Amino acid sequence: MFRYIAKRLLQVVPVVIGVTLIIFLLMFILPGDPARMLVQKGASPEVLQVIREKYGLNQPWYVQYGKYMWNLLHGDFGTSIRFKRPVLDIIKDYYPNSIRLALVALIIEAVAGIASGIISAVKRHSFLDVLVTISTTILVAMPVFWFAMLLQVSFGLKWDILPISGMGDGSWRYYVLPAIALASVNTAFTARIMRSSMLEVIDCNYIWVARAKGLSERKIILKHALKNALIPVITILGLDLGTLIGSAILTETVFSWPGIGRVIYLAILQRDVPVVMGCTLILVFIFILLNLIVDVSYTYLDPRIRLGDRRAV
Amino acid sequence: MLLGVNNLKTYFYIECGVVKAVDGVSFSLDRGETLAIVGESGSGKSVTALSLLNLISTPPGKILEGEVLLEGENILEFSEKSLQTIRGNKIAMIFQDPTTSLNPVFTIGNQVTETILTHQNISKKEAREKTVKLLKMVGIPNARGRLYDYPHQFSGGMRQRVMIAMALSCEPDILIADEPTTALDVTTQAQILELISGLQKELNSAIILITHDFGIVAGLADRVLVMYAGKAVEYADVDAIYYRPCHPYTLGLMKSVTRLDEPRREKLQSIKGSPPSLIDVPPGCSFHPRCEFAIDVCRKKIPKLIEIEPGHFSACHRVGKGGLEVI
Ligand SMILES: Nc1ncnc2c1ncn2[C@@H]1O[C@H](COP(=O)(O)OP(=O)(O)OP(=O)(O)O)[C@@H](O)[C@H]1O
Ligand SMILES: [Mg+2]
Repeated sequence: MFRYIAKRLLQVVPVVIGVTLIIFLLMFILPGDPARMLVQKGASPEVLQVIREKYGLNQPWYVQYGKYMWNLLHGDFGTSIRFKRPVLDIIKDYYPNSIRLALVALIIEAVAGIASGIISAVKRHSFLDVLVTISTTILVAMPVFWFAMLLQVSFGLKWDILPISGMGDGSWRYYVLPAIALASVNTAFTARIMRSSMLEVIDCNYIWVARAKGLSERKIILKHALKNALIPVITILGLDLGTLIGSAILTETVFSWPGIGRVIYLAILQRDVPVVMGCTLILVFIFILLNLIVDVSYTYLDPRIRLGDRRAV
Repeated sequence: MLLGVNNLKTYFYIECGVVKAVDGVSFSLDRGETLAIVGESGSGKSVTALSLLNLISTPPGKILEGEVLLEGENILEFSEKSLQTIRGNKIAMIFQDPTTSLNPVFTIGNQVTETILTHQNISKKEAREKTVKLLKMVGIPNARGRLYDYPHQFSGGMRQRVMIAMALSCEPDILIADEPTTALDVTTQAQILELISGLQKELNSAIILITHDFGIVAGLADRVLVMYAGKAVEYADVDAIYYRPCHPYTLGLMKSVTRLDEPRREKLQSIKGSPPSLIDVPPGCSFHPRCEFAIDVCRKKIPKLIEIEPGHFSACHRVGKGGLEVI
């Protein structure tokens, strides 16, 4: 087990090199001069030259890349060109907000998605099943920002029960609406996958055996069927957390949430390479960690799988 | 009488029609007795067994009419809750396919103990001890050590032994064994059958043994029910069936016996043709298209199950007081 985890963590090295290289090159290929973004329109060439030299922007990309990696190796994520502050500080300021919001959204996704998936599978073709099918279809089809604004208008403005913008004092009330908006599409997908996975399991021979043993229907569903049906859903939930952190830009914008999605977005627009690099690298780490957690949790859910030979699901 | 089944009818209502999987089957069973239900694939044996536990998925299935009397009480009228106290406790079942009968994500210890804890008021520890004893009894080596193993770590034969241990865990009055040996090799097959009959003597329970193989019936069964296309075509003591078979279908089945001391032949080759679709059963006697003794009346009238000698029933137009007329 420990050897496996160590091996998996070692794989981080090539991934980090690959990812940094790609981002670096992409930022170079993109049109637009980072130096120009920092100054007023119409600044003189001399000023631009000074800025380029100051940030090392006039060196070839591989020199810049080498420097960046060297610093990174010493725990230095560099300094934001735009904000003139260490990238690490920006990460510390914004990432926790994003992670907390994503975790709340993930809980909503897991609880609501799994529960409605189970209900619609067990009560197949019933009113509830149809309700779940219709609402998941609507959620998937509706643009996220629109759904977010709908939440704001109804819960925030009309009934005035929940705050609709920012984090305020960080109380849970500020999390509710953005987390629901963020979780909406994923919840719908989770519900559907849970439903079909449950339907498949419910027809298995061992479920009939469990019935013939005299177990209650409740125990059959919540013990025997659920653990089997959860196996494919766990992968999705694990990887969703990463997406919920990294691509919450729409939700963050609508709710003015001080999260990392907007930071990355703006940094790309402004060619703020150190910020893009630093934030993305953290995201890559998070993804790798989540993948590892998913793989390890598999072995607890499905004894047939041993670490190292994960079955395709 | 421990179990009495009267005119049981279980149909499935599917898109292309009504599957009359069990169509008016009756039999009875006493303590210590073994009844064999024999018939080709699709004749309704498993559905009969599941109906005894009222375990038919509805929809599409439905037990239309009939009675399943357990010690005089019709369990088809029981509530789901009372049924749960019977299933696995008074009537236990070993399913057809041992490879898919155990839940892959729970240890076998967990699955056996769970059955015991559902029906008996004992502590977890006691239940675990009992499980070890059961696993030893069915011949699983190193039983205690294997408590925490998962089904995939067992061979097919060992899994079937676990299933038997599970079915016997609450000392059921009736054990239904649905083709308990078809998925297994010949040696294991013999061992499992021996095991079941040995345990029966110990517990004095009744057994319903479902099979399509007449070869294993002789040594085990007291009475035999032969099913064809959802109906009982012959019902008699095992000796009567062997020495005086009174239905052409029974005769055909017996000719195609697989014997343990012979290399396995193709199953049931000697009856020409294949069983009818249960949606579209032939008119008259449903066996007539395959029957070499069929006459006009067989194509028109459904034969009734009549008693031709005490305790020996047959549903055939060609059978008289002296047995099959044609032989
Ligand atoms: N859930 C179901 N839905 C629809 N039809 C079913 C269902 N279960 C069984 N049947 C039908 O009932 C008939 C009898 O099936 P059953 O499983 O009892 O046969 P069997 O005698 O046990 O055969 P085998 O030897 O293959 O196990 C078959 O035609 C089958 O298609
Ligand atoms: Mg069967």
